[in-house]
Amino acid sequence: AFLSSFILDSVCWEVVGVVKLWNEWCRTSSTTNVLPTDSFCLFYRLISDPTVLLCQCSCYVAEDQQFQWLEKVFGSMQKKGLQVTILSTCPVADYKTQESTLTLVSPFLKALKTKEFQEPVCCPLLEQPNIVRDLPAAVLSYCQVWQIPAVLYQCYTDVIKLDTVTIEAFKPLLSSKVLKSLAKDASESTKVLKKFLTTSETHNNIYI
Amino acid sequence: MFIPCHRGGDSAGPDFQGFTLLMPAVSVGNVGQLAIDLVVSTLDMTKVGYFYTDCLVPMVGNNPYATAEENSTELSINAEVYSLPSKKLVVLQIRSPFIKNKYRPFCETLLSWVKSSKCARVVLLSSSHAYQRDDEQLLGTPLRYLLTPDLEKAVGGRMKELNWKEMEKVAAYPGISDTDKVLHIPGGGITKLLFTESCSEGIQMAVLLKFCSEGDNIPDAFVLVNYLNEWLQLIKSEVSTSNNSTDPSSQWKIPSSWRLLFGNGLPPALF
Repeated sequence: AFLSSFILDSVCWEVVGVVKLWNEWCRTSSTTNVLPTDSFCLFYRLISDPTVLLCQCSCYVAEDQQFQWLEKVFGSMQKKGLQVTILSTCPVADYKTQESTLTLVSPFLKALKTKEFQEPVCCPLLEQPNIVRDLPAAVLSYCQVWQIPAVLYQCYTDVIKLDTVTIEAFKPLLSSKVLKSLAKDASESTKVLKKFLTTSETHNNIYI
Repeated sequence: MFIPCHRGGDSAGPDFQGFTLLMPAVSVGNVGQLAIDLVVSTLDMTKVGYFYTDCLVPMVGNNPYATAEENSTELSINAEVYSLPSKKLVVLQIRSPFIKNKYRPFCETLLSWVKSSKCARVVLLSSSHAYQRDDEQLLGTPLRYLLTPDLEKAVGGRMKELNWKEMEKVAAYPGISDTDKVLHIPGGGITKLLFTESCSEGIQMAVLLKFCSEGDNIPDAFVLVNYLNEWLQLIKSEVSTSNNSTDPSSQWKIPSSWRLLFGNGLPPALF
């Protein structure tokens, strides 16, 4: 949602690729005819600079699909000079800390980076004994092993549904070297944010 | 497959010829993996590579053996290789479970790496469900060992000197008296598969395992790593002056990643 609000728009970006996959977590009913509006991963390319790719992953990639996802996606990319930035969210209840998670101010951002990533990160690094799983972990592992500079920004949030506070927790990233040049106009972002929230709120009217 | 950390240029990667490969089986209580953590942390081993595979669930985190701010920011993945050339020791640590149906491919990849890197022998640390023991196994030591025929010739005598107990074979059909005896390691993960494959491929492998249950397995890890130390002598067991007994438990260094194993701090509002 952060990327859709603050970075993507139909003018500057074009869809160049798609990863279709199916597992029990996908909400599609048909496995043979996956529609474009169904949940999977879309790849956008910046029209003005074709070296910038953006992947919107709106489905869960199961653990036995992650390796193939990586091979297919990174296999078709030039690895020299490649830099990867990953954005992900996770429940704050998963965060291990000496204090109780109830006293923590959430949402908050934590980062993990590969050895080759030399730029400054926009938030503190994820301390031990915390770990990251699923597709973000698979991508970061790949980048660490194959010496690609990569950074993961994980947002710990206590809200299950999409909300502005969590989306805006990613705002510090807009000052990073990678995203600074890609950020949209502030008024545009607010409009898109509002749209996200109205669509999700209509489902919460059962008590009215 | 094994990918060295430092590559390119003239370096051909680390050489493990003649080394002992120490590794865990992902088994009940994760005892093998905890014991390996103790070995890497205490001996301050250097990471030399990754075992990049599609057979394990991916995970990443910062350096689990960090001792200070400076070395805490190195990324670690789910299977990594550490080495200590002074003791001719190479360690593979596995940090996540196997993906369904990937046991066999992993064992094949691992054993082919063992052969190609010319390791002298493999020591597998594992565990087995305590509740599956029979009446005789309930008495005495919960520690067992297994040796492949090739290693039996080399170190079988040492095991006898140490008074170690070999893992018993059990009846293939319990209750029926004259059936074949088979090796049965419930809760041992890939232990049995790796062991039987090593036997048939002529690899020198030793399995050291402990009977245990899920729970706080830190004491089990200490017991297993001390058992290993009786044979390999990785650290010196100092004689304690107060009661004149050797107890090397205190000399193993607990890694920083063992913090908060059983959850966060409690919310004050609870009370």
